Amino acid sequence: MLVIECPYCGARPEPEFAYGGQAHVARPSEPATTTEDELLQYLYLRDNTRGLFRERWRHVRGCGRFFNAIRDTTTDFFVTTYKVGERPDLPGVGA
Amino acid sequence: MKARTTTGGRVDRSKKIQFTFDGRSYEGLAGDTLASALLANGVHLIGRSFKYHRPRGILGSGSEEPNALVTVTRDAARRTPNLRATQVEIYEGMTAESQNRWPSLEFDVGAINNLLSPMLPAGFYNKTFMWPRSWWFKVYEPKIRAAAGLGVAPTLPDPDRYAQQYVHCEVLVVGAGPAGLAAAAAAAQSGARVILCDEQAEMGGSLLSERSATIEGLPAMDWVAQTLASLRANPRVRVLARTTAFGYFPHNHVGLSERLTEHLATTPANLPRERLWQVRASEVVLATGGIERPLIFPGNDIPGVMLAAAARTYANRYGVRVGERIAVLAGSDAAFEAAVDLSATGATVAVIADVRPVGSIDGPGYAAAKSARLRILPNATALGVTGKLRVEGLQLGLIGADGQVVAGNTIACDTIVMSGGYTPSVHLHSQSRGKLSYDETLGAFLPAATVERTRSAGFSRGVSGLAAALNDGATAGAAAAAAAGLHTTAAPLSASSLDAGLAGQPGALPQLAGLIPPKKAFVDFQNDVTTRDIALAQREGFESIEHIKRYTTTGMATDQGKTSGLNALGIVAATSNRRLAEVGLTTYRMPYTPVTFGAFAGAARGEQFDPVRRTPSHDWAVARGGVFEDVGNWKRTRYFPIGSEDMDAAVHRECLGVRNSVGMFDASTLGKIEVVGKDAAEFLNRFYVNNWTSLGVNRSRYGILCRDDGFVYDDGVIVRLADDRFHVTTTTGGAARVFGMMEDYIQTEWQDLSVWITSTTEQWAVVAVQGPKAREVLAKVVTNVDLSAAALPHMGVAHGQIGGIPVILMRVSFTGELGFEINVPAEYGTDLWEAIYAAGQEFAITPYGTEAMHVLRAEKGYIIVGQDTDGTLTPDDAGVAWAIGKTKRDFVGKRGMERPALKAANRKQLVGLLTADPAVVLEEGAQVVLEPNRPIPFAMIGHVTSSYFSATLGRSIAMAVVEGGRSKMDQTLHVAMPGGDIPVKVVSTVFYDPQGARLNV
Ligand SMILES: [Zn+2]
Repeated sequence: MLVIECPYCGARPEPEFAYGGQAHVARPSEPATTTEDELLQYLYLRDNTRGLFRERWRHVRGCGRFFNAIRDTTTDFFVTTYKVGERPDLPGVGA
Repeated sequence: MKARTTTGGRVDRSKKIQFTFDGRSYEGLAGDTLASALLANGVHLIGRSFKYHRPRGILGSGSEEPNALVTVTRDAARRTPNLRATQVEIYEGMTAESQNRWPSLEFDVGAINNLLSPMLPAGFYNKTFMWPRSWWFKVYEPKIRAAAGLGVAPTLPDPDRYAQQYVHCEVLVVGAGPAGLAAAAAAAQSGARVILCDEQAEMGGSLLSERSATIEGLPAMDWVAQTLASLRANPRVRVLARTTAFGYFPHNHVGLSERLTEHLATTPANLPRERLWQVRASEVVLATGGIERPLIFPGNDIPGVMLAAAARTYANRYGVRVGERIAVLAGSDAAFEAAVDLSATGATVAVIADVRPVGSIDGPGYAAAKSARLRILPNATALGVTGKLRVEGLQLGLIGADGQVVAGNTIACDTIVMSGGYTPSVHLHSQSRGKLSYDETLGAFLPAATVERTRSAGFSRGVSGLAAALNDGATAGAAAAAAAGLHTTAAPLSASSLDAGLAGQPGALPQLAGLIPPKKAFVDFQNDVTTRDIALAQREGFESIEHIKRYTTTGMATDQGKTSGLNALGIVAATSNRRLAEVGLTTYRMPYTPVTFGAFAGAARGEQFDPVRRTPSHDWAVARGGVFEDVGNWKRTRYFPIGSEDMDAAVHRECLGVRNSVGMFDASTLGKIEVVGKDAAEFLNRFYVNNWTSLGVNRSRYGILCRDDGFVYDDGVIVRLADDRFHVTTTTGGAARVFGMMEDYIQTEWQDLSVWITSTTEQWAVVAVQGPKAREVLAKVVTNVDLSAAALPHMGVAHGQIGGIPVILMRVSFTGELGFEINVPAEYGTDLWEAIYAAGQEFAITPYGTEAMHVLRAEKGYIIVGQDTDGTLTPDDAGVAWAIGKTKRDFVGKRGMERPALKAANRKQLVGLLTADPAVVLEEGAQVVLEPNRPIPFAMIGHVTSSYFSATLGRSIAMAVVEGGRSKMDQTLHVAMPGGDIPVKVVSTVFYDPQGARLNV
């Protein structure tokens, strides 16, 4: 059971959280000009990173907020968590 | 107790305890384990082995024991199998039984497996029971289970209580031997919150087995008592005996299982049987000691063959002489320590046969054995053991200078004790994903780099010698406290003891050429894995130790190879000419020793396993014999039978009651979300496919929600209560996920919107009143509302009162009849239900359940998301494309449903089906095909999603998704069934009142 740092509440145990998939996948907001490729990219294509990975989490049994995290997929451990709208840079982590 | 010494040991000789083993009565002493008490009575034969049913005795003295598994029974509900006799504390009246034998331990029919053993090699199950497949379930597995099996589970529910507790501390110390005690004491001195746990009943670890060790000038156990007293007096320290640290989880989350009543003759009502501790520790100190390794030679499993350290423990801790004439087989200095102490019990040490050459035998134990004038034979090996149910002799081999073995004498003895050196217990370190590195000098895998905030201390990291282990522990305890932000220094501790190291002889002992094939030398005692099995696995091409493990099952029994792991590696290394370090280790997994299901379940059983949600009409329905179904956690009334009605009869009557007069239905389980804010309408515009800005206040609309992939996700009626306030309803099952999806888009995609959502499912109770007489029923009870069609048209909303209770009246229909859904604050739900029922009496109002609701809505072609849709249907496929706000620039799913594949003409579309024979009701899920009598294989072009007998129409009706369904109107298709095809005609999904005349009245 991991301890996860909610950017709003602090450290809380893993059962309070829900995983939300890859982070920073922007939703195409103009359907009229969204190409088929952009749509497929958004809907179905995700990275399968070995190492540091940006992903979404939600403190669903806590404050209810979505936030982002950088987690090492080889160890399960979180490197950092951050609020929606932020995007800290770290060596070795993809955009 | 013929084998009990006259003095010594930690048992209480004044407290005699009676117990039975396999129906025979024995006497033991307070402080005995079942194993020590049986040995004190001269009983060595304890069980039969798993695969070959070979007679087995007691190998060890603690949790490492692979052989002596027993079942302890208090009553029919409290029968615990697979307990290690070496850990079971006896109590007055205990009933224990051996396992894996029939009809008796001495004569076991299953032992025929031993004679058939050439046919039961490694991989036997994999190779033999392959075909035919069905035989595996029907024949092989039950037989194997009956023949093998590890004990029998109780047949009654567990009546005991199991507690669970979460706890935080700065320093968790696992193991209360010398290193652990010193670590806990040092950490406690810093003011840290410390938890010290040990799996044994008494703390002290290896010191419990010492005769003459001293610490700080005190007898070692006096120092232990003093240290424990000071720890227990410290309010920040928790000392947990009989508590196994069984699992090491991420972020220093360690699971402890504490056994509180297993050792008591009568169990106090106030105590749980076990307590599962979930510890979150800032720092962990692992002082888990080590486990002695058996030596591997033919016959090494015959009762009377035992680990040297265990024999020493029985002598020094329990005052038990494990044999009268003992042969010692030494692969390490620890065997000499044991020999000296065994000789002190009055037993004869017939020989100390050492597998090492003369010059390499050294150490304090060796010196002590020499001065005790024990017979020491270097360059020796064991070629076999005579005896069947008990050792009768040790067949020696002599290792020549060239390494060749020649046969030697057979030494008459009733017991053989052996020591192949020690394996440090790195289980928890390894579970915590710490690395291990092989130390060539010590011949052991030792903890290396850690991932968690943990450190190993003492013997478990290869530090041997009492003084060294104590000081290593103290240093680790102080360092752990410091790492947790507290400060202390560890004062040096002085000690003296015999101090055998941990080095030894992993692998098999040297044998005569050609001897190994015909005789069994056991590596894994619990799973009956022999040297031959491991050799065979390698011959068959298994090289990786993980593959060898799975093929031979070595290390896969309930003891997880505590005594066998390194020996298996030694054999693999030797036969494959690799260094042991190259072979590598298999992964250590939790639990360290088995943990009961009760401990994991805790209070989550019976009614507390899962919450139950009840509707306002629940008790009313129960009183009237309502039949319930589970919908998620909700209990919903499925139908209300009258008299002896079955479901079909009740549903038939309920449907006609609604169509002909009026019915009432508890719709409180519908998900409800209040959407509020100045951008509430804009949010719904973007979220649902419909247009919401055009919806007037106190008007409602049927909404469709898609995901961004364009597939239908949920549906429900949405009411505009004010410009900036909407009451959204969802499907019963979809409430939570729709709420989560709304939060996702509000928080992440559309931060520009000023909107808030609140789940109000539990705040509103809803009664649906449906049928031509619905208005008349309402007129009797509703005040301050004009119910006329003009004032309150279909999809209109009004606010009023019923008996003074504020109500929101929604004129909506899921039956196709004139209908209202009455919403009241949940606490008035039962009052509302009863008020409507009373008002409906003059119209013979019919309470109806979910089954009739399903039929009524199907007659009208109303879909149920999740039944008629399955996550692959677009609104157009489901026939609800009319709901889409075509002029909206964007909404969730807009772009997704524009994909060519989602607009293809031949997509599966929802249609109605009518069977040629009106009495035939199709099976939901049945496949739809184009042609009858077609050759196999054939294409399935859809399936039935909803199917009922309609009382209203006097015939069966069905909905189905069919490829290009809407272009197949009036065509005949076929539903493939085992009994033959059923011809069906494709029709509209609206079977009843297609013009909606009954709705708009
Ligand atoms: Zn939070």
